[in-house]
Amino acid sequence: MRRYSKTLVFFLSLWPIYVISYQIIFNQLGPEPVDRIINHFGEWTLIFILLTLSMTPLKQITKSVEWIKFRRMLGLFTFFYASIHMLSYVGLDYRFDFEPLINDVLKKKFIFIGFSAWLLLIPLAITSSERMVRLLKQNWKKIHRLIYIIGIFGVLHYIWLSKTIFFKPLIFLILLIVLLLFRIKITKSAFKI
Amino acid sequence: MIKFKNSEITPENIYKKRRSFIKSVGLGASTLAMSSIPFLNKSLASERDKLTSYKDITTYNNYYEFGTSKSDPYRNSQIFKTTPWDIAIEGEVEKPIKLSMEEISEMFISEERIYRLRCVEGWSMVIPWMGFSLSKLLSKVNPTNKAKFVEFESVYDPAQMKGQRYPVLNWPYNEGLRIDEAMHPLTTVVTGLYGKKLPNQNGAPLRIFIPWKYGFKSAKAIVKIKFVENMPTSSWMWASPREYGFYSNVNPNVDHPRWSQATERIIGEGVWAPRVKTLMFNGYGDEVASLYSGMDLKKNF
Repeated sequence: MRRYSKTLVFFLSLWPIYVISYQIIFNQLGPEPVDRIINHFGEWTLIFILLTLSMTPLKQITKSVEWIKFRRMLGLFTFFYASIHMLSYVGLDYRFDFEPLINDVLKKKFIFIGFSAWLLLIPLAITSSERMVRLLKQNWKKIHRLIYIIGIFGVLHYIWLSKTIFFKPLIFLILLIVLLLFRIKITKSAFKI
Repeated sequence: MIKFKNSEITPENIYKKRRSFIKSVGLGASTLAMSSIPFLNKSLASERDKLTSYKDITTYNNYYEFGTSKSDPYRNSQIFKTTPWDIAIEGEVEKPIKLSMEEISEMFISEERIYRLRCVEGWSMVIPWMGFSLSKLLSKVNPTNKAKFVEFESVYDPAQMKGQRYPVLNWPYNEGLRIDEAMHPLTTVVTGLYGKKLPNQNGAPLRIFIPWKYGFKSAKAIVKIKFVENMPTSSWMWASPREYGFYSNVNPNVDHPRWSQATERIIGEGVWAPRVKTLMFNGYGDEVASLYSGMDLKKNF
């Protein structure tokens, strides 16, 4: 079972693709399909950031290192869904019309911060291979701490684009805070040792 | 695009029949293919006048009293009780009155009024409302010379409206108009849509509709109309004064701080339909622009 766990997680991580394919094929996207697609992938990007951030705390809680082997894959799925999210906004909504897009990125803070989060994901995706880990040594860890900032940017992006924080943006914010607090606890306990 | 007469707009069913006729004949396959390429399709004027389907109008709503997601109002409003229902007209008036829904439907005849709805979020619909001019209802009272604005208060009933159990907005929902805006013939008291009774999720039993303003100005499930001296603070102004102004006229040149208002997406048009340009005063400029002559609409957004 353990041998296949990674394959299982891989196919489970494709869940958002199954859902949207079903909705496209059976015409279930609703009255605002473009918005639906963009929001779908945006939400799943946030979920995958939170999942990625959950692996280390889960390791601590369950005292099992098993979780860590999913972390890279979940992180790459975060980048994958963030890219689809951005591409559907750029392509489906704005039809690659870059003038209003650039205007949006510069003038609208929620787009600015969302776009920044996606840019910050790129170095993490590039340096995700085993070879890069060995090559970058100590620096690898430093670079990959960017995920905390990306998480904060992502949740801010969601809060700023929503008319009200109730309820989904608030739930994401709380979960993110909890996961980040774990980090503070971990470093503190590390100091004690 | 100015105002629609019913005759100018193709009803949903006939429109669909026409479409299927074209398809079944298989005629002009190339023209069809061409027209489906978004940036070549210039004949958008006809697309934007098409009635939005009853299903979309009644299942895609912003009505935070019943929940913040678009599908919540339909799901959570079905058992909402709208009888008995009274509407008080009070404040700076000589003699306040209270009318029941029955009295209102006896006093005023509702007619079909097809207006475009532009939501501040950047989407739009074309809706065949049933209603009458608000001025007719307001003429039942004599405002004092202090009266400058009209305030609308929606129902507060957290037992039936679960959205009101949370501080999403400062309940009850509150909106307002200047008196001349309220007396404008386009400002409508809505009692129905698509020739039927107004569904709960659309603001039953009685709401207002102001076609040249963003949708949130058109308060739903109204219980109180109040003449006041000072500009009322609407629920949305109270929530975020920087984002929501008192006037909130549809204006493609004034961006919402968080999103552009230059274009809009027409509900029901499908994944491949492009955004269309938003029109000043939602296309009702000929009728209403004079209300704001000499005003800086960037400041008075």
